[in-house]
Amino acid sequence: MIGSRSLIALSLLLTLILAMAPLPSYVEAFRPDWVLLVLFYWAIALPHRINVGSAFVVGVLYDILLGNVLGLHALLLSLVVYIAAVNHLTIRNLSIWQQALIVAMVSAFYHLVDYWIQHFLTTVYFLPELLWPAVTNAFIWPWAFLLLRKYRRKLRIR
Amino acid sequence: MTPLFANGPALQLRIIIAVVLSLVLMFVDHRLKGFDSIRVYLNSLVSPILYAANLPQSMLDWSAESLSSRHSLLEENARLRETNLLLQESVLRMQFLQRENTRLRALLESPVRQDIRKMVAEVMSVTSNPNSHQVLLNRGSLNGVYEGQAVLDENGIVGQVVDVAPTTSRVLLITDITHAIPVRVARNSVRSIAAGTGSMARLELNYVPHSADIREGDLLVSSGLGQKYPEGYPVAEVSRVISNESLPFAQIQTQPIAQLDRIRYLLLLWPPNAPTKPTKATLKEIKRDAKELIQ
Repeated sequence: MIGSRSLIALSLLLTLILAMAPLPSYVEAFRPDWVLLVLFYWAIALPHRINVGSAFVVGVLYDILLGNVLGLHALLLSLVVYIAAVNHLTIRNLSIWQQALIVAMVSAFYHLVDYWIQHFLTTVYFLPELLWPAVTNAFIWPWAFLLLRKYRRKLRIR
Repeated sequence: MTPLFANGPALQLRIIIAVVLSLVLMFVDHRLKGFDSIRVYLNSLVSPILYAANLPQSMLDWSAESLSSRHSLLEENARLRETNLLLQESVLRMQFLQRENTRLRALLESPVRQDIRKMVAEVMSVTSNPNSHQVLLNRGSLNGVYEGQAVLDENGIVGQVVDVAPTTSRVLLITDITHAIPVRVARNSVRSIAAGTGSMARLELNYVPHSADIREGDLLVSSGLGQKYPEGYPVAEVSRVISNESLPFAQIQTQPIAQLDRIRYLLLLWPPNAPTKPTKATLKEIKRDAKELIQ
């Protein structure tokens, strides 16, 4: 029997692969933040397993993969997981569409802080297109949630 | 059994530690460049993920290649033969011109231009979020790729290598908002700097006086003054000149010559003063060369 820890780690590894998979350039701007979605799910489902620490580690890996300044996504994902973990009891009891709304707001926050730090480090300008992934995240969330819940229940990850 | 009370430090403490740690990481990486030496190892650590992410695409490519019909292959072959013939002719002509140029340069006692070595690389993945235009190549330090190396496609300059791992390397495109390249107008050698704008189809020339002789349709080639890019390769074409006298400088928009949104195969260049030499791409090639040496 594979331990819960390694199954969660496996799901996160697959998520990182998915996040790096090449996409055609016209859908690239709408690419959902897979890493954010999966971490958000684990943080509300099993907050004693996936927490700020694991989000930090995944974030550093994501930064290396993206070639960003180290620590950027570590910070962003830690903040997102913190929000999810603090409110996990509330979020669990919401309907799936209300959860999608929360996900949209959290990802908008994620992208705004991302922009803010990048603007601080370099000279990027704010483009409204940056917030498209927040919309896609909200649409993907119900399916991601159902899939991950199935994964968690089938394999009895606790 | 879910524990009723979480063990370990409280959430608030964890988030404070995570925030402080990531701010320190960012400061050390961005301001002090503290991770530059271990970046190679970090990159090699994650390169299996990149290869795995690229797997579906390479499988698709492979199946498309192996399933293409005999007819289309023959057609493609004929077309390539034709292009090859035309290119061969221009190569012959170029060799003649090169010899002549070398002779004339020798007569003028200017330094003779040396050969540039090249290697073909394939794009593995593209990150085109408007704030960072980067592509990932399937060649790395094992092939002799070095940081700051110039990268081209068949039309013109694409960008430079910013990050090297043993088997992969990351290229910053010329349109990235943090990138700028010294250029020269091919027609009259007016110098300028083409800065990226974050849009794949536009570069801007900064700080050009209104009196500068730059017109729409002018070709911009690399000037080689920044010591990064070799001289004389096409970079962009001037698409729009806005000369508003109320502004201190003319606004000049240009379009990159290389088709940055559809790059697949790229050329890595090793100018004569490069810190490394290109090495053979695959084990197979090394073996073949070894066999040839033995015979």
